[in-house]
Amino acid sequence: MDHHTILEMRSITKEFPGVKALADVSLTVSAGEIHAICGENGAGKSTLMKVLSGVYPHGDYQGSIVFQGEEVRFRDIRSSEAAGIVIIHQELALIPELSIAENIFLGNEPTRFGVIDWDQINSSTLELMARVGLSEDPTTKIKDIGVGKQQLVEIAKALSKSVKLLILDEPTAALNESDSQHLLDLMAGLRAKGITCIMISHKLNEIEQIADSITIIRDGRTIETLHVRNDGVDEDRIIRGMVGRSLDSRFPDHTPNIGETFFEVRDWTVGHPSVADRLVCKGSNFHVRRGEVVGFAGLMGAGRTELARSIFGRSYGNFKSGRIFKDGKEVVLKSVPQAIDHGLAYVTEDRKSLGLNLLDDIKATTVSANLRKITNGLVVDRDQEFTVAEQYRKSLRTKTPSVNEGISKLSGGNQQKVVLAKWMFTDPDLLILDEPTRGIDVGAKFEIYGIIQKLADQGKGVIVISSELPELLGLSDRIYTIFEGAITGELARGEANQESLMRLMTASRKSA
Amino acid sequence: MNSLKKLFGGNTRQFGMIFALIALVVFFQWQTGGKTLTSANMMNLFNGNSYILILAIGMVLVIIAGHIDLSVGSIAAFAGIVVAITIRDWGIPWYLGIVVGLLLGALIGAWQGFWVAYVGIPAFIVTLAGMLLFRGANQFVGKSNTVPVPREFQYIGSGYLPEVGPATGYNNLTLLLGFFLVGVVIYNELKLRRRLQRVGAETTEAWVSVLKLVLVSAAILYATYLFATGRPGTSFPVPGLILGVLVIIYGFISNKTITGRHVYAVGGNRHAAELSGVKSKRVNFLVMMNMSILAALAGMIFVGRSTASGPFDGVGWELDAIAAVFIGGAAVTGGVGTVVGSIIGGLVMAVLNNGLQLLGIGADMTQIIKGLVLLIAVAFDVYNKSQGKPSITGLLTRNFGNRPRSGPPAAAQQPAPAEQGVGTKGIISHDV
Ligand SMILES: Nc1ncnc2c1ncn2[C@@H]1O[C@H](COP(=O)(O)OP(=O)(O)OP(=O)(O)O)[C@@H](O)[C@H]1O
Ligand SMILES: [Mg+2]
Repeated sequence: MDHHTILEMRSITKEFPGVKALADVSLTVSAGEIHAICGENGAGKSTLMKVLSGVYPHGDYQGSIVFQGEEVRFRDIRSSEAAGIVIIHQELALIPELSIAENIFLGNEPTRFGVIDWDQINSSTLELMARVGLSEDPTTKIKDIGVGKQQLVEIAKALSKSVKLLILDEPTAALNESDSQHLLDLMAGLRAKGITCIMISHKLNEIEQIADSITIIRDGRTIETLHVRNDGVDEDRIIRGMVGRSLDSRFPDHTPNIGETFFEVRDWTVGHPSVADRLVCKGSNFHVRRGEVVGFAGLMGAGRTELARSIFGRSYGNFKSGRIFKDGKEVVLKSVPQAIDHGLAYVTEDRKSLGLNLLDDIKATTVSANLRKITNGLVVDRDQEFTVAEQYRKSLRTKTPSVNEGISKLSGGNQQKVVLAKWMFTDPDLLILDEPTRGIDVGAKFEIYGIIQKLADQGKGVIVISSELPELLGLSDRIYTIFEGAITGELARGEANQESLMRLMTASRKSA
Repeated sequence: MNSLKKLFGGNTRQFGMIFALIALVVFFQWQTGGKTLTSANMMNLFNGNSYILILAIGMVLVIIAGHIDLSVGSIAAFAGIVVAITIRDWGIPWYLGIVVGLLLGALIGAWQGFWVAYVGIPAFIVTLAGMLLFRGANQFVGKSNTVPVPREFQYIGSGYLPEVGPATGYNNLTLLLGFFLVGVVIYNELKLRRRLQRVGAETTEAWVSVLKLVLVSAAILYATYLFATGRPGTSFPVPGLILGVLVIIYGFISNKTITGRHVYAVGGNRHAAELSGVKSKRVNFLVMMNMSILAALAGMIFVGRSTASGPFDGVGWELDAIAAVFIGGAAVTGGVGTVVGSIIGGLVMAVLNNGLQLLGIGADMTQIIKGLVLLIAVAFDVYNKSQGKPSITGLLTRNFGNRPRSGPPAAAQQPAPAEQGVGTKGIISHDV
């Protein structure tokens, strides 16, 4: 690996109305390395990468960018791609209704005599897919493959553009462990072929595993750049740089105070919404006690989200059979409003398309699932709306100039906090959290864990669905494992560990 | 400039829209040699446009929810003819005629709402069908004839506030209305200041409020003067009064009630709204139904003004109403827009129309100019948004409703910019 510098960003400053997202940030990346960027939510990581890739064109920021020895001034994404810089955004940008091949060559279609050359597209797609280790039919629609594979398609798309510097903004946030590992291996492979990568991630174990150097950004400023090999960097060291102090433990100290069972689901069976005869939940039985945090472990596609959403007012799938008991009485929850009325809350894993109205502002979003609480007679009380949103902004430490700000202006992690606030405000008895810490920084994770435990201590039940096993193990009093729509095991704190969970998550009940 | 900013709540943009309207009025007043701001012309303006503005109120809600309604002109015509015929043939009194018209509107709205909300057919298609359907129904029922309505019925389309009380030389009710409005404006400003103080937000200096109140009150009183001193027998027009009441009611609903919030939520992100407990089908049903009721009302007002219902009433109204809404800052993709903004958008078009007419400019040029104004107003908006600046029309009209909403997601979020762009794709593909 040679050590010459491929990229230098000098004193980059970028302001949004009312926010200085980047204040004099510098970044130096050596050719052929994997360079990680770490920082808390809203530190400015995504913004820095958008500056680099021409999303914010030259003139929109101050400072200079030197790429391969020359100062570059990108006008737009196309011009940065022409130079060999390709970005894969935090939120995937594939078109669900188009095929893999069409997505890869979108905007870049090879033509023969002015007509799209499908033969070439399909054969090149196969080649590119082989390079990223994806075996699918190139004509498969994007919406029919899982997120993990979608991420690989994004990378294949980048490779199709003869990329020299690949930027990945939280590439593994939505992936499970094996998909993440596959992606990391792929990145290592790209490095071996001489492609430089910049990677943003909140999963510090991955960074420790793969990065050659790490630049830490805090509040729009560069704090330091660490060289993994020389500096002996570990996760605690990164955290210290990110938050400015050390975190003694990843989980707050907590003694659970568990009461009687108050929520129970029996023989829950749900069909797939569009494929007849296919079951997404197969006779599941589980219960939640007051004051208890219950984890749901499973691989991507195992049916955890489907189970949660079908219980939450049948908002997913075709209900077949099953009963729900709350506080000893059977309840029928046919719609989301009914579920909310019975004290259920569901925080979705897909905040952009299911959790948020990006046109709205923070305060309106915070109260949007419980407008009745701040309505006097007919009128929605704006003062109360503001006060409530302000409270949650403070308690969750959402980074924003004001709760009047639009949701679309928040960084990914801070958007997640607003979604959490929205559901906490419904004051639920049973809070179902689907990947609650996706894209959230370590410090904020600690806070969110604390909040979950506090809710449990108030006698509520909390269900946590997570693909991060350490998180489930640290947080849950009891864990259910799901495999292909069926509950395959139930482990109490103490019995559960990575191996036992993994075995139950990948095996059917018989072999468990 | 700084003081201007202060005057309009620290936001210069807020006032751009009204400013455009005032500038237009002043321009035409000057160009027509004072013929614009006369009693007769102002009454004309209100009488001749109130039905479009009423449609715009319904249309903005439909558009915020992410739909469109092309059938309003046909529904207006159908309701008009049915009412005219029932009054003539069944001999029912005029007020029952109005009830019949509104019920018919509700029925038609339920029909269209059913297809849109519960069957899931795009409103573009449903209302395109409705446009043909109800135009045909109008001509079928009326045998393509013109049917006159009685004098009392004409009151809702061309009536004026009556003369009551002592002879002051002015129309007393109009005066009262003007004074009442001034009172409301002052009261609201005081309430706002108190509210801001209570929440601990920064309040503007007192002189700013005073100046603002003086300007607004002067405008209201001047308008009152114009309306109260027209030809004998004229005063503030009844259609204008109906419009005013509707603006207040719908402004209130869209801004301050749960139902209003739900309309914005469904238009902004339907799935997220549903998972927050919003009954999106019901919301869609209600906005479509409401639109048809208002269309029926607009149709009846028009019939009242033109003294008879005809086979070509309401042709092209949907386009005027939609134009008003988009000039008023709404987004084709839904989730954004305000009632007051749409009214101002409609007034801009109305003043333009009226002024060009007074100047003796032909219908051909008038259409060309109106088309360009629509295009440029929205282009300006889109340009501003793509620059990451908040939308001019959107932002400033939003603030009328006191409902500051953010702009669209920064164009930068996605490689394809200008997602807020105006195009038919949004209309057709939305919400299938
Ligand atoms: N379009 C925008 N308009 C206004 N402010 C913005 C905009 N985009 C980002 N910001 C602000 O800039 C700051 C940095 O945001 P950025 O998205 O770069 O954070 P990040 O480090 O990527 O965080 P995360 O880990 O949560 O993704 C935040 O305070 C955010 O609110
Ligand atoms: Mg980010």
